[in-house]
Amino acid sequence: MLQVSIYRYNPETDSAPYMQEFQVDTQGRDLMVLNVMEMLKEQDSSLAYRRSCREGVCGSDGMNMNGKNGLTCVTALSEVVKDNKLVLRPLPGLPVVRDLVVDMSLFYKQYERIQPYLLNDTPAPAIERLQSPEDRDKLDGLYECILCACCSTACPSFWWNPDKFVGPSGLLQAYRFLADSRDTATEERLSELDDPFSVFRCRGIMNCVAVCPKGLNPTRAIGKIRELLLANAT
Amino acid sequence: MVNNITNFSRSGLSDWVLQRVSAVILAVYSVFMVGYLLLHPNLDYTTWSGLFENTAMRVFSLMAFIAIAAHAWIGLWTVATDYMKPTALRLGFQIFVILALFIFLVWGVQVLWGA
Repeated sequence: MLQVSIYRYNPETDSAPYMQEFQVDTQGRDLMVLNVMEMLKEQDSSLAYRRSCREGVCGSDGMNMNGKNGLTCVTALSEVVKDNKLVLRPLPGLPVVRDLVVDMSLFYKQYERIQPYLLNDTPAPAIERLQSPEDRDKLDGLYECILCACCSTACPSFWWNPDKFVGPSGLLQAYRFLADSRDTATEERLSELDDPFSVFRCRGIMNCVAVCPKGLNPTRAIGKIRELLLANAT
Repeated sequence: MVNNITNFSRSGLSDWVLQRVSAVILAVYSVFMVGYLLLHPNLDYTTWSGLFENTAMRVFSLMAFIAIAAHAWIGLWTVATDYMKPTALRLGFQIFVILALFIFLVWGVQVLWGA
């Protein structure tokens, strides 16, 4: 029997959060963590968590499994369980709405701030704005982000200043548009990032890289933004 | 854009460059000092003050003092904005750090050119 310890908090009835213990019979199978949560939901239907596609694409089931953020649907028990024990907590640093459901408002606010869409002040052509295969290649490793918030909520700089530091996820997206040959707003985008918090609160500890379920590298993207800022300002 | 008035240069990029340049200066100064002390195991006052009579050494030392003041200001400002949430505490700490660094810097200049 797998021992599962889950963070529970219902602000309507609980005065404080607590950990609830469950026993789950996995019958020796190496299930995904999400499968285990579905079995728990059968034991206790009041358990609240987000999930949707169950294949690592929608990014809604990000949570903290035995101390490490990840998507429960693509994380096998064998990757996280130690001593037959699984501890599930909500993503760290964000306000808890209920149980494992967190309020992502600050995360989305930072995403919105970097203007995650193409800005182009040249007249629209009759067909699509074309891009060479080489320019398109520059977006690889950037566009794949699914906004699951695993990286930003693993980042201490984001924990301490989520209202000012854009966070690894937002900065990866910021670079995705800075690197796009079809975007003409590079200067304006950079001028929004040149303060002591938005980009420079990153201290390069690479927690974001360690947890990204898509294998992306926000630290490298942040380094590229710094290079652009430096090239623009010296 | 997030604004701040108590950080070193008002610009994250400028602070970041200064932090790295000052770190290099401090590293070179530290290596020089450790090397000098290792090469002079029986160091006496005359040799030590002779070293600081040299204008190049005074310039190098002052550069290191300014580097440590800038480096500490930027670093401690970052620590304060991370961990000190009440404004009075944070601002008080930042002012204390800035004034202390100013005093140490002036004192350092007096030591270098005074004796």
